[in-house]
Amino acid sequence: MIEPVQIVKERRDRALNALLAEVPYVTFLGMRFDRRGDELTAILPFRETLIGVPAPPAIHGGVTAAFFEMAALIELAWTSTWTRMEAGEALPALPRTINMTVDYLRPGLPRDAYARARVVRFGRRYASVHVEGWQDNRERLFAQATGHFLMPDGA
Amino acid sequence: MDDLERARHFIAVIPHCAALGITVEDVGIGRAVLALPYDPRLVGDPATGVIAGGAVSVLMDSACGAAVMAHPEARGLTATIDLRIDYMRAATPGQRIVTHAECHHVTQHVAFVRATAHDDDAARPVATAAGTFTIIREGA
Repeated sequence: MIEPVQIVKERRDRALNALLAEVPYVTFLGMRFDRRGDELTAILPFRETLIGVPAPPAIHGGVTAAFFEMAALIELAWTSTWTRMEAGEALPALPRTINMTVDYLRPGLPRDAYARARVVRFGRRYASVHVEGWQDNRERLFAQATGHFLMPDGA
Repeated sequence: MDDLERARHFIAVIPHCAALGITVEDVGIGRAVLALPYDPRLVGDPATGVIAGGAVSVLMDSACGAAVMAHPEARGLTATIDLRIDYMRAATPGQRIVTHAECHHVTQHVAFVRATAHDDDAARPVATAAGTFTIIREGA
């Protein structure tokens, strides 16, 4: 029998929310995630407290790095969670960041920012993730990043 | 206003640094020392209470930027071109994180900066960073 779509959606949103609720820093930044199937888009709604350069106002470079790192971590956890969640199993621990390199291509405007993380390599121990961030125009990235992560045992 | 006072003022007017309670501990020619107090709102792993890597990124980017602004070749604005951060170990929960940043080379347009972050155990770094920053010359 085919599961009703609403049941599937509820289960997936519940698993994603459980992942996010684990991390106080996600709430501190005010980050949200838009889920379409297994695809996640991280959203950073603009707030005055995210500013790093007062005039002209621009998003703090460290905030961009933080936003990308969290987008990558949640994407990785989501990737390793997906099969378990669909099978109704417990969620694994979050991966740990080994390093992150961020390219700042243009200033972060006082607007909402979006990020999409792509798992380039997903191994038993290490993962490599690329993140692209944009604001008004998906084709004009304001920053991009590559990070390496240590996967938790049993991920 | 001396250099330390100027740096304190510069960091104090940055809204995100104020939100995190980041303070300027020391500043010199092309170098800066910034500190981030422990705060449960910044936790990245509630199982351990360890601060999120992102908060350390903010501290390191701010310290590197402050070091560039404290360099005589760059009295003015700067922007990050690229920043790499290596996370060596989890910072001990409850302890503040201190970052030392210094410009190790400055050219006409680019400052090369390194930084180290540690908690109460200064002998074992929590993270290191290497970044490049723009030099914006007055009247250029």
